[in-house]
Amino acid sequence: MTREQFRPPDHDNDHFLLTTVVGSYPKPTWLHRARDRYEDEHSDFDEEEFQEATNDASRLITHEHERAGVDVLVDGEMRRNEMTEYFAERIDGYEFNGPVKVWGHNYFDKPSVVDEVAYDEEWLVSEYEFTAEVASGPVKVPITGPYTLARWSFNEVYESEETLAYDLADLVNEEITALVEAGARYIQIDEPALATTPDDHAIVGECLDRITADVPDDVRLGLHVCYGDYSRIYPEILEFPVDEFDVELCNDDYEQLDVFTEPRFTMDLGLGVVDAHDADIESVQEIKRNIKRGLEVVPPERLTISPDCGLKLLPREVAYEKMANLVTAAREVEAELDSGTVDIGAPQLTAD
Amino acid sequence: MPEILSTTPGLYPLPDWAKEDLRGLKGNQKEDLVSGTESAEIAQTYGTLREELLEQQETAGLDRVVEGQARWDDMLAHPLAVHDSVETRGIVRYYDNNNFYREPVVTGDLTPDGDVAAELDAAAEHTEGPLQAVLPGPYSLAQLATDEQYGDGAAFLDAVATFLAGEAEQFPDVETLFLLEPSLVTDPPETDDEHERVPGALDTVADALDTEVVVYPYWGALGEKLYAHVLDANIDALGFDLVSAPDESVSNAQEYGTPADVALGVVDGQNTRVESAETVRERVEWFDSQTPQNDYSRVYATTNTETFYLPVNRFEEKLDALATATQLTEVEA
Repeated sequence: MTREQFRPPDHDNDHFLLTTVVGSYPKPTWLHRARDRYEDEHSDFDEEEFQEATNDASRLITHEHERAGVDVLVDGEMRRNEMTEYFAERIDGYEFNGPVKVWGHNYFDKPSVVDEVAYDEEWLVSEYEFTAEVASGPVKVPITGPYTLARWSFNEVYESEETLAYDLADLVNEEITALVEAGARYIQIDEPALATTPDDHAIVGECLDRITADVPDDVRLGLHVCYGDYSRIYPEILEFPVDEFDVELCNDDYEQLDVFTEPRFTMDLGLGVVDAHDADIESVQEIKRNIKRGLEVVPPERLTISPDCGLKLLPREVAYEKMANLVTAAREVEAELDSGTVDIGAPQLTAD
Repeated sequence: MPEILSTTPGLYPLPDWAKEDLRGLKGNQKEDLVSGTESAEIAQTYGTLREELLEQQETAGLDRVVEGQARWDDMLAHPLAVHDSVETRGIVRYYDNNNFYREPVVTGDLTPDGDVAAELDAAAEHTEGPLQAVLPGPYSLAQLATDEQYGDGAAFLDAVATFLAGEAEQFPDVETLFLLEPSLVTDPPETDDEHERVPGALDTVADALDTEVVVYPYWGALGEKLYAHVLDANIDALGFDLVSAPDESVSNAQEYGTPADVALGVVDGQNTRVESAETVRERVEWFDSQTPQNDYSRVYATTNTETFYLPVNRFEEKLDALATATQLTEVEA
């Protein structure tokens, strides 16, 4: 198992419900202002000053996660503007034509693939190294998966999005290899596009085979798929070569939990226990109930606790309170597990 | 060759100035989207935008000019999303796209409210060009909404069709009406009864206007059985998405025939790769040559989908390609 390495040395309980976050976090307002000034050609705010602001934000938000008590940390993706754009800017073969609508007056700069994609500058190694240096605990690296990078681009040159996704998977593999060399031990691949087109699960599976080739066994690999009809990708996802599958189930109150009980769930479960799209802060009691729903699917040693999705759309103080309550709830459930007062509904696995 | 007319299914991307101004005026949260009772300042911005979109089409030389539907924050669900008898609830996914709209829940009688007609009236004041109206087809609009008023699928489809007919009756003079029906492909009817209701619903809307009515499905080809039912409707033209499903489209047209006219989606509304005018022309001619048994009097050449998916620069280039294609002579092509 890859998870014991993340147990904090001073952990109070025998049981350990690994707590983490999906990745994105609200940026401080001053970082948005710094970016505006940096991008304003009439401003004298230069690259070095923007870099300093970004480093400050990364340090601040990493520490904010520590203060909430989260076991495995990220920096809230302070350096990333958007989950496709950030990577497309660093990959040869992409160009940008301007923003397109997502909904209402929300837009994103959807890139076009205009040439064969190729690895150019590094994507996340310096982000990881900086975060690992300022963090007092272990760090997770979320990375947008190749299927989503392909689906959320205009494909002008590849025969199909599938072939584009496979080429991108090779680049993701290259980046993950570099991350592992730099010391990363927990990598989460984000594939929100699979929620939109669940029939493509086999393409995502093939991508993951390419991504995980030659990744050492002690590196923990997770896959996050946002809210969708999970019954359309289950049980097929159990064949994916990852340790953990992270799902967004809180937002419809675990309506789909049963999907993961038949056939038996054989991975580690990353369970969303707070809603990422609702600014009401769940109480510790409510989150404990949510955590216990996860125990209907997996035993505690295979349950990871996280928010439903990235928290970046919430007000920052709400995001913080949700994380803090999540950690308190996890620690209280661990104590109850230690004292034997919690029922574990999940079937016990034989050795695997 | 039949007469070829260049057009689009509307729902245009907003130019950058309008994105910025409207976001500033309206906000970018769910509750900030159009309600049908916008402030004078917002209405004026949409008015300016409408004129710009009309002028753009006229400059490009399109044979049919649309209002542009820049106000349709909820895309094809717009006519219901702004209706008094409809509550908008959560943000839901728009077909298989990375786009979202407010789920319209019908909670009262769907009486026509003239929202789309008012847009067309405003457009008619600012264009000399042959105006084309755009509406969601009744089947797609019913599929995009949730019914808490009419009780069963048949009654709801009937109510939505009657509502759209009431809207269409208020339109100013238009040359063409495009009824966008992607749900006929993406969420087709299942039972015999459901199949049989489709032509009736299309007729309800088509009969409301004495003009050329084009039923335009996309994101694939209609299933054969549904195709045959759609042909029973009293429509002038049927659409074919030659970007997503060229071979199945041809097969339907060969096997079952077509109405007198066809609309061909020959330019990709969801990809920045720009087709040349020659390519547009070749695709139209290819469809014509593959279906020699049909003698089309008119062919509309268009993008296969709405166009808001595109960045503005590529959108403009695609308008130009469509307009130029219909001006090419066969020899040049």
